[in-house]
Formats: sequence, structure tokens, C-alpha cells
Amino acid sequence: MPTPYGPRPEAGPPGLAPKLLGFCEELRSEGVAVGTSEILDAFAALDEVPWTSQEDFREALAATIAKSQEDRRVFELLFERWFFRAAEAEAVERGIGEEGQRYEGGERLDIDELREQVRQAIVAGDDGEMRDLARLAIAAFGRQGEGSGVVGVDVQRIRRTLELSAGAQQAQDGAGELPPIDRDQLNRFERHLRRELERDLIERTETLPPSRPLAELDRALPTSPTQDLAAVHRAVSQMKRRLATLGHEQRGRRRGRTVDVRRTMRASLETGGVPMHLRYRPKRPRRPEIYVLCDVSTSVTSASVFFLSVLHALHDSFRKLRSFVFIERISEVTEVFEHERDFREIAKRISSEGGVADVSGYTDYGRVWLEFLTEISDDLDPRSTVIVLGDARTNGREPHAEVFAQVAERAGRLFWLNPEPRLYWNYGDSVMAAYERHCDGAFECWTTRHLENFVNIVAGGVPASD
Amino acid sequence: MADAPQSGTVAETRQALASAGYLADEPAALVSFLAQRLGKPILVEGPAGVGKTELAKALARAGERELIRLQCYEGLDEAKALYEWNYRKQLLRIQAGGESGWDEVHDDIFSEEFLLERPLMQAIASEQPVVLLIDEIDKTDQEFEAMLLELLSDFQITIPELGQVSATTMPTVVLTSNNSRELTEALKRRCLYLWLDYPELEREMEIVRLHAPELPEALARRLVEVVRMVRSLDLKKPPSIAESIDWARTLLLMGAEDIDRDTFEQSMSIIVKHRTDIDLVAERVGVKLADAVRPPA
Repeated sequence: MPTPYGPRPEAGPPGLAPKLLGFCEELRSEGVAVGTSEILDAFAALDEVPWTSQEDFREALAATIAKSQEDRRVFELLFERWFFRAAEAEAVERGIGEEGQRYEGGERLDIDELREQVRQAIVAGDDGEMRDLARLAIAAFGRQGEGSGVVGVDVQRIRRTLELSAGAQQAQDGAGELPPIDRDQLNRFERHLRRELERDLIERTETLPPSRPLAELDRALPTSPTQDLAAVHRAVSQMKRRLATLGHEQRGRRRGRTVDVRRTMRASLETGGVPMHLRYRPKRPRRPEIYVLCDVSTSVTSASVFFLSVLHALHDSFRKLRSFVFIERISEVTEVFEHERDFREIAKRISSEGGVADVSGYTDYGRVWLEFLTEISDDLDPRSTVIVLGDARTNGREPHAEVFAQVAERAGRLFWLNPEPRLYWNYGDSVMAAYERHCDGAFECWTTRHLENFVNIVAGGVPASD
Repeated sequence: MADAPQSGTVAETRQALASAGYLADEPAALVSFLAQRLGKPILVEGPAGVGKTELAKALARAGERELIRLQCYEGLDEAKALYEWNYRKQLLRIQAGGESGWDEVHDDIFSEEFLLERPLMQAIASEQPVVLLIDEIDKTDQEFEAMLLELLSDFQITIPELGQVSATTMPTVVLTSNNSRELTEALKRRCLYLWLDYPELEREMEIVRLHAPELPEALARRLVEVVRMVRSLDLKKPPSIAESIDWARTLLLMGAEDIDRDTFEQSMSIIVKHRTDIDLVAERVGVKLADAVRPPA
């Protein structure tokens, strides 16, 4: 049994326990909650699996330490880095290299033959083989003298040289179709390549590359539209499910219930007519009608991808939702979201036919409120919730806060999500204060955590604590 | 302890699961193995229909244990999950034994005879080791989760009138969650975590062929490829493994030899079950199929 004071000293070859603790420490610094009990579990689990298999070792650690998919993703990234680095650091320290034997045969190998072998290994999905071939490929590539010294660039160059791409391909000599390559498999090969290149680099320079915290690289939401859409979507799809079930959770038993007389009387029959157990009416969840207004002007370019995906997610979750985008004028895009499920397609259609192609391209909030009010004021009622996504930068135009106040008055609730930190509100041409007075809540919002907080409030819950 | 011969290995667990009709991937086999060795509950998360519940059933079959299942839902409370006093019987006892004193009756009516065991209690009290499946834990409220904590860490239940009931045998506990809400840290801390995802092409093919053995291999491959294609679209409800199997059986019944456009459109409703999804799939996949089956001359 593990002692309460930490792992047993004989828990493994010397050096592993501190390494593992260091690993957990690093996970913590990335925001994964690793408790002492988890670490103890990890050691107990490692007693049970053969360490010689990397897969078993990693899975055993993951099962005991990373307890959500998000954690698992961080775990994967760190595991590679930490244990790979750990081995390399040791090697550098002791001056061990794998000279001579590493790229045996790399010089002699014909590139076409290599291409064929790599392809076969990828299709077969054999990790060991892929790794060896990755080394060969690097050697063959290095011989051509094309190494750029930047790992990411080299990986792509090698991939291109080997003519690897996912999906079926025509063979060069026209002898029918080559077996198709699965994208996952190809990614695995690229990972091997990357690893071997890094290893090579470390061996040459005899130093480890600096480790950057993942938080900066990997987990923040995209701040520019060029960043990967998939990342936003992954974050939002998680939230999508939460949103879909949030209403249901509230339906459980809560305080402030009303007694259901009929069911109470019926239940009292079991206790001889004495109503010992009160039965309550279930609380009906609020079915919100939501109006979302989303700023898509250039001043919020960085956030608009995020906002559009939020809209996308909201559309999947609430049936009574109408969405609008605006720059200088407002236009309704509910239709687009209803008929198109692919996010990229939506983004494209909104920019092409959303009808926001404005003259100046500058946001005119005042005008937007006026138009919004004339267009749908009749539909607003106390049950409706209006959500504005925007930075409240009017470019010096008339903010028409009084019109906004009217909107706020008619709608049941009005929330404002601002993609700028609170610190920047009301600086420059931001007129947030004028609008904030009329809102039921104004929030900073540029990460999923902000968003989740907000979602909880809309659905009637309490804000999640940080 | 470390020198004791290892009675089982991950490979053996995997083998046992396979013979119970469940083809586990490496992580699933390893976590099942660890759960049995360490006596910890498994928390399985993943999209709907990847075989989370099936894993528990297979564990039961593989270990020849009884499966006790607790299906969670909103408003599930202790009376339904743990135990309940059989008050009808208690009333009868009070009315029948008219002359005995209150103390005597009081002691008597709160004895095990008047206890109605619910699934969790059953699992704890069972003489034989069982597999306890707590299905869709994310559907319950947090209070219920808190109640589970005692059970999951110490395998015991405290009944105020009776005292603690501890497990005599170690049940294998499997909790499943569709990830519709974040489970509490405290609960996760007590579990081994397993994320099940849609299987890779080869493994799904094996699964389909295990459950529909008459299906020719080429057709099975085609089927799995199409299902994967469908999954890669952004659907409201992507097809699960169970639906792949259903589809395989349907194709057998239809006597289909290949999945061409007609067959696909006829049987599509087996794997796609949402109106907007059907439109999307018909539009995207159906077209591709026609091309794939009859390449332009």
C-alpha cells in the first residue's frame, strides 16, 4: 500500500518517482487539478502494469490523473513533452548520443523505395516501423541538404517530399490506386517525424528547447480569424451539450415549490390517509425567447469568429432564437443558421449575403438600435432575452442610449457581452457606460469560461466559480 | 506483495472481454484491468452509443458476475437508489402486535426485515461479487452525486437506524456519463477515468463483423467507411456503433451486395434519425456514393 506520506521509495527504478511528481506539478501549473489522491492512485496503478509498454504506462497514468477530456488533451501534450524531455535531458546530461547507428542505411536508400515503405507502414499503422522510417526519412532528407533547422517546417517538407497526403491517391506509374491513407495515421507519422527531428536537434545542440506554457500556445481561444476554427468549435461543442441540458437540471426539486394537492392526497393513502409526504409540482423551466445581436465590424474582428460560433451553438440549443448581425445596419441571419449546419459555410454566407455590406464599415450602434426597435419591437415581451455581442465602440456617432433603454424596457432581460477587458471599457470611443446602465448584466467575454459563466446566468443558475 | 505472482494481465482482461463479445481497445482494457486490481470505480465518458454501457455488461459476462444496474434520471433520490423502509409492512407490524410496548416495536420495525433494498444497497449487500452499473450519472443532480461518495470510496452505506452496511465482496463499479454536465471533482477523484470515442476503422469493422458474422468483409468495410463519412458531418445525432450493427443486419436482410445510392437511401433511416440530419446526409453522402459505385466511364 502507498503510505500517506508519498510514494514508496521502491515504487520503481530510482528517479521515476521524482520525475512523475514533477510531471504532476507541471500538469497543475497548466490548470489540471491533480490531487494527492490522484498521485497515489497513479503509483498504485503503475504497480500493476508493465512499464516496458509505453502505451500501458501512459494509459495507466491518464486513467488516474486526467479526469476529463480537456484534461486528457493537456495530459497528452505534456506527457509527450515531459517524458520525452526527461529522457533527452538525461541523455544530454550524461553525454550519450546515438551516433553512427542511428541512420544506418539512410544514405543508401532510394527515395522512391522509402516512399513506398513509409506508405506501407502508415497504412499498416505500425508505430515502431513508422518511427524507424521517420528516422530514415530524416536522414535521407538531411543528405539532400534541405534541413531548415525549424522542426515544423522540416516536417512539412519531408511530408511533401514523400508525397504523403490523406485519402486515396493515384500511383505515379499509373498502376491503379494506392491504398488510401487515413488522416489519423498520417498524423501519427508526422508526430514521429516531429519527435525524431526534435531529438536530432537536441543531440546536435546539446541543449533542450525552452518549454513554453501550454496555456499561451494552445488553450486560449483564437484571437485572430486566421487561427483554427476547429479549436473554437471544439470548445463550443462541449458547451452546446451543456446548454441543451441546462434547462433540465433546473427542473429538479428546488426551494419555493408549490404543493401538488392531488398527488399528496394520493401519496397519503400509503400512510393511512395521513399526508406525511408532501408532493410538489415540478418546476417548469423557463423557455427563453432569445434575440442575439452580434457586431461583426472590424473593431471586433478578433472576437467575431468566437461570437459567430457562440451564435452557432446557441442556435442548436434554443428553438426560439433569432439572430442578427450588424455593422452600420442590422440584418437578420436566423435563416442562415437554420438552414446551414456547417459553421464555415455559415461564416461565408453571413459575410456574403448577410446584407451587412456597408458603406463605411464602421459600427453605428445608435442606428442599429433604431432599426432593431422598429423591426421587432412588437415581438419583444417580458419573456424575451436580448443578448448583445459587441464592443460598444460607436466611432464617435450618436449612441442613442435612450433607444437602447426602450429596447431594454420591452425585453424581459438584456445582457451585453463585451469582447474587451473591463479595463478598456469607456476608453476612446467606447460608450459602454451609457448602455450598461440599461442592461441586466454586462460581461467581459472572450473565452469559453466567460461564456459558461454567462450561460449559467441566462439559464437561471448561479455563476460558476473560477 | 510486489513479488506475488500476477494473476492477470491487461492482455488477459482484453481476451476475457473479447470472449464476452466486447472488443476493447487498449485504454478500455487497461482501465478495466486496473479497476479490478485496484478496486476503484470506472468513470466512462464519451459520445452516445460508443459502448459505455456495453462495457459494464461485458465486464459482468467476462467475470461471470451478476450485473446490477441503476439507471439515473432527474429527481432520482435515495429511496429509489439506496433503500427504503417498507412502511406498509411496518404499519402491519404495528397494528398486528397491539399489546407489545413501543420500544419493542420500534426496534423491530427498523430491522432488515423491513428494509427494501434498492440497486446500490443490493450491490453492497450481495454475497457474490457483482458488477454495479450506474448509468448516465450526469442526469442526476449534484446532491445525488454527493451521496454516492461514501459508496464509491469505502463501499459502505450508512443507514441511521441500522448503522453501517459494508460490502463483503468488492463490486466492480462502472459509472457512465454523456458529459452533459461537469461532474464534481470529488466524484472524479474517486474514479479511474476512461474516455471512449468512436473506434478506428479496423476495430469498428471487427465489431460489426462480430455481431453480424454473415456480412461479407468487403461490405462490412464499405459500411464502416460510410458510417465514418456520416459521422464526420456535423450532425445533431451522429450514428452510434449500435446503429452500425443494426445497419449491417438490415443490409443482410435486404440481401444487399454493395452499398450503392439506392440501398443507402432506403436504409439510411437506420443510422440517421433526425430530419435535418437526413437532408444533410442524403445531400452529402448520397451523392458521393453514386460516384464511388459507378465511376464515370
